[in-house]
Amino acid sequence: MSNKILVIADYLNGELNQSTARAVSCAQQMSPHAIDVLVLCDDGANIAAQAAQLEGVTQVLQADNAANQHPMAATLTPQIVAAAQNGEYSHVLGPNTTFGKDLMPRVAAKLGVAMITDIMAVHSAHEFDRPIYAGNAIITVKAPEDQVLVASVRCASYPAAAENGSAEVETLSLDAEIPSHTRFVNLEQGSSDRPDLQTAPKVISGGRGVGSEENFKIIYDFADKIGAGVGASRAAVDAGYVPNDMQVGQTGKIISPELYMCFGISGAIQHLAGIKDAGTIVAINKDE
Amino acid sequence: MKVLVSVKRAIDYNVRIQIKPDGSGVVENGVKHSMNPFDEIAVEQAMRWKEAGTAEEVIAVTIGPDAAKEQLRSALAFGCDRAIHVKTDEPVQPLTAARVFKAIADKEQPKVFMMGKQAIDDDSNQTGQMTSALLEWPQATFASEIELDGDTAKVTREIDAGLETLDIDLPAVITADLRLNEPRYLKLPDIMKAKKKPIEDSSLDDLGVERAAMLETVKTAAPPQREAGVKVESVDELVSKLKEKGLL
Repeated sequence: MSNKILVIADYLNGELNQSTARAVSCAQQMSPHAIDVLVLCDDGANIAAQAAQLEGVTQVLQADNAANQHPMAATLTPQIVAAAQNGEYSHVLGPNTTFGKDLMPRVAAKLGVAMITDIMAVHSAHEFDRPIYAGNAIITVKAPEDQVLVASVRCASYPAAAENGSAEVETLSLDAEIPSHTRFVNLEQGSSDRPDLQTAPKVISGGRGVGSEENFKIIYDFADKIGAGVGASRAAVDAGYVPNDMQVGQTGKIISPELYMCFGISGAIQHLAGIKDAGTIVAINKDE
Repeated sequence: MKVLVSVKRAIDYNVRIQIKPDGSGVVENGVKHSMNPFDEIAVEQAMRWKEAGTAEEVIAVTIGPDAAKEQLRSALAFGCDRAIHVKTDEPVQPLTAARVFKAIADKEQPKVFMMGKQAIDDDSNQTGQMTSALLEWPQATFASEIELDGDTAKVTREIDAGLETLDIDLPAVITADLRLNEPRYLKLPDIMKAKKKPIEDSSLDDLGVERAAMLETVKTAAPPQREAGVKVESVDELVSKLKEKGLL
């Protein structure tokens, strides 16, 4: 069977999320004869154009629908299932962002197939490595070859695909029944001019040891001085020093900056699970 | 309303796991197991509804070997009214688990099916979403706040971009994230009382569930080790080292 891969685009505020480019990099290792990116948005032209620039992408499928104004798993799934079946794809991939984590298992269940979470290495189009136990063990898993493979890609394991491609954008309308049982209310977004935590080459993190919300200003000031993104440990989020979207770790964001500096963080295994792919890690510790 | 809540037996989160020398898995014998921490949060949420009078009955369900009864007893000690044990000694992957949960939901007709957002052993983060897909119900994953309002619920979700709120029809599957609540400590009298509560035994066959095609685990290995770091004595030394590496 030749491999034809559908990658689901993750986006925010009209911009393609870099996680999509990372998922495309992963797809390229599965010896595909085609990698198509599916953009499900209410007005996806701009996002589709960005996806078309990714190296390795064969075609971008833009399926605009008013119901996609706010992407939600329940409303996107029937459209993805329709696209996957119409296009006879062998693989359907999404990033392991909260978007992909929420969405891909629903797609797999609707297709009646198993799913692989967090692909971190590709051995063949059906054999992969993925982390378990917060990354303290790595398993090699083989998926059945006679069914569509649905998977999420561990973005920190892959570089973003370069932006030198020029794929065709095809608009299509998908015949799918979109449920009305799930309605978007609002999104409270952290407003920050700092580099995005998940893509920043440098990240400064603070933990409970920082002591207070006020003291986090020291972390922010330092980050701004060197142009870094800011993260935090679970303890700092639980203590209310910073919002949830800054949490780095097993259940927060998994990141791979070139430089990671942490302050007031004890280094629980759940936190380390989020920074295993960081280049240089600097920990401040005054104990001898 | 009736609430179903799933619990999974998993190696305790404090245990440093060991990989078997032959690469066939992680060492589980003689290792402390507990209820998956995210499931504890899900159970706690159900208890709060019960104590507030919103939920009349809370039923805990697990899939696993005999030993998994221990986790059902914990759920009963939290205050669940009864429990269902779907017994199997074979490994169960998320799609099969979702089929089991669908069969139980079809029978019990809960208004909310609470689950943990992921199990800390296989870190799959799939079962809740798959269950709701099979039931054709709404899903609200990674919940940090749930406001029930008759036949709908407003759920705040912790997502990468911040906090998203969805308005969903019930019945629905809701999966708990870390900050939904802080589970209580179990008290001895509650643990004693739990011993008298009923646990119904069931099986995949009883439920008419066919196992889904499995992912085959070829091998289990330790993650690559990082090289040991170096200690620097002063900020100046750190800065010059980082500059050397081109990081500053």
